[in-house]
Order: sequence, then C-alpha cells, then structure tokens
Amino acid sequence: MATRNVLWNYSKKIFTFGLIGLTASDSLASISVVRGASMSPTFNPSTSGFMGLRTDDCVLVEKTCLVKYKFSHGDVLPSNHKEKHIKRIIALPGDWIGIRHCSDVRRIPEGHCWVEGDNPSSSMDSNSFGPIPLGLVKGRVTHIVWPPQRIGAVEKRIPSDRGQAF
Amino acid sequence: MGVLNYMSQWRSLAKEAMDRTAIVAKFLCLLHVTNTYVCSSTLVYGPSMLPTLNVTGDVVLAEHVSHRLGKVGLGDLVLVRSPGDPKKTVTKRVVGMEGDKVSFFVDPMSSDICRTAVVPKGHVWIQGDNAYVSNDSRHFGPVPYGLIQGKVFLRVWPLDSIGFLGE
Repeated sequence: MATRNVLWNYSKKIFTFGLIGLTASDSLASISVVRGASMSPTFNPSTSGFMGLRTDDCVLVEKTCLVKYKFSHGDVLPSNHKEKHIKRIIALPGDWIGIRHCSDVRRIPEGHCWVEGDNPSSSMDSNSFGPIPLGLVKGRVTHIVWPPQRIGAVEKRIPSDRGQAF
Repeated sequence: MGVLNYMSQWRSLAKEAMDRTAIVAKFLCLLHVTNTYVCSSTLVYGPSMLPTLNVTGDVVLAEHVSHRLGKVGLGDLVLVRSPGDPKKTVTKRVVGMEGDKVSFFVDPMSSDICRTAVVPKGHVWIQGDNAYVSNDSRHFGPVPYGLIQGKVFLRVWPLDSIGFLGE
C-alpha cells in the first residue's frame, strides 16, 4: 500500500511538472537544436568540430512575439514546413524582394514573409519555395545557449547584398 | 513574544497565499495544455460555412490530436490559421489533399469559369461550404499543412442543434 502511495505521489509530481514545463515552453521560450549548415556563419560555423565530433548549437527560442506576430527584418526564426527550419526574415508584408539567381522582383503578400538562410550555397529557403505565411512561424531565436564558448545573443542583421534597395 | 507570534502568523498567511497561487497556476497550465493539445472550444461566425454552421455564431469543439498525427482527410472541418492574417483563425472544409486535382469555380456569382489546380506537396486545399461569400483557397491558393490548428468535430451551441459534425 505504501509503495503505491509513493508511486502515486511521484506520478502526480511528474504530471504537474510536465504541465508547467509544456506551458512555459509553449508561451515563453524553449530550447532547440540547430542541425545542418544552412545558417552557417551564425550557427554551426564549422562543419567538423573537435576530433571530428560535430557540435550542434542549441538556441533559445522566444515565443512571446507570437502573441502579436510582430517581427522585424533580420530576426532569426524557426518555421514549420512539416519539419522545422531556422531562417532569417529578409522581407515582411508589403516589401519588394529580388529573387536570387534570377532578376525577378516580387512583392510579399499580406501576412507572409520572406526567409533565407545565412549560407546561400546550402540553404533551402524562400528562393526555392516562395514566401511563407507568418502563421507558420514558431518563435524567434534570441540566444545561443550551447556550446559554452559560443553563448551569446544572436544579432539582428540583414545580409549586405540583400538590403532594402526597393 | 508578541513579535514572534506576529511573525509566525504572518508566515502561515504567506504560506497559504503561496499554496493558493500555486493551485491557480497549475490549473491555468492544465487549461493551456488541454486547449493546445487535446481539445478547445471556438466561436465560429460568418456566412462562409452557411449550410453547415450558422451566420450568427456557433460554438464548436475542435480536437488538436489528429492534425499532429497527420490524420486530417478529405471532408474534415478544420481550424486554419489564416494565411493573410496570422492572428485570425478560419474554419473551412478540406477539399483536396496533397497531389489531388481540384476543380473550382473562380467566381460563382458572376461567371462559370472553371479552373483546375494541383495541390502541391505539404499543402491542403480548403474551401467554405458557401462558395458565394467564402474567402478560401480559391483566392489565396493551397495552404501549408502546418497552418492547420485542429479538427472541428462537435457543435455545442445552439443547444437544439447539438451534435457531431460529420462529412
């Protein structure tokens, strides 16, 4: 009877902890791992790390910006296209953007944004699938939390060749 | 002695306040989790789903399990985050899944031009039941699957038409 009680208490505690954790990660912030080299100068700068071990960066994803859907140019965000991607916002609704590799200029429709990776050579981004709805955005990356020598804030910037020339 | 007494009283009061707050916080967390992961109620209004849902406003229950498991199929009523304005949620019916060919009237009010579109990978085609006044995939194209928020399955208000919303 006693062991059952202990088990019951433990499961109650785990359940409460899970509830609070889930709520916090949904509405405040969560931590996710960056894979791949599409954001290469910002995250995962070297493809092969110490002794061939690859170290993937962990980043802090802030969710409070989702309440108002207010983003600015140069924000880094993970967006969901069935699997998650981390990209940088290049253009917001109403902006004009020139597409890479061809001379087209197009306008971003209402409620959409244009996202690109920082590494133009290996990135699957809006240049291949077009503008994405802001509703798919899952949060904003604000800090790198792991590995320890790279802890710090992620700065907002727009790649120099993608300036707002239009 | 009086100070000590006062201190202990104050301490028990603070402890009780903390306990109460913790209970409320836990309850709010539970509410949030059920709302986002299990099922939530939504007020749907507007003429776009007319024969199925009323103009004046129906309260419907939507479950948030099947779209995570990829079990949303043809004919389901879904809650979709509007592609034009991410703060709004719209209720529409899934008419085409990825790879399907969808034929639709561009503007059934004034002309009967019929167009056919193929739904790309990872997208769904959503339309309102009332083709005349619905702002749906015929205007903004197929929507990404990730925008689906839930599947509507039960109407709870008005009370006289309570029941499951099937195909």
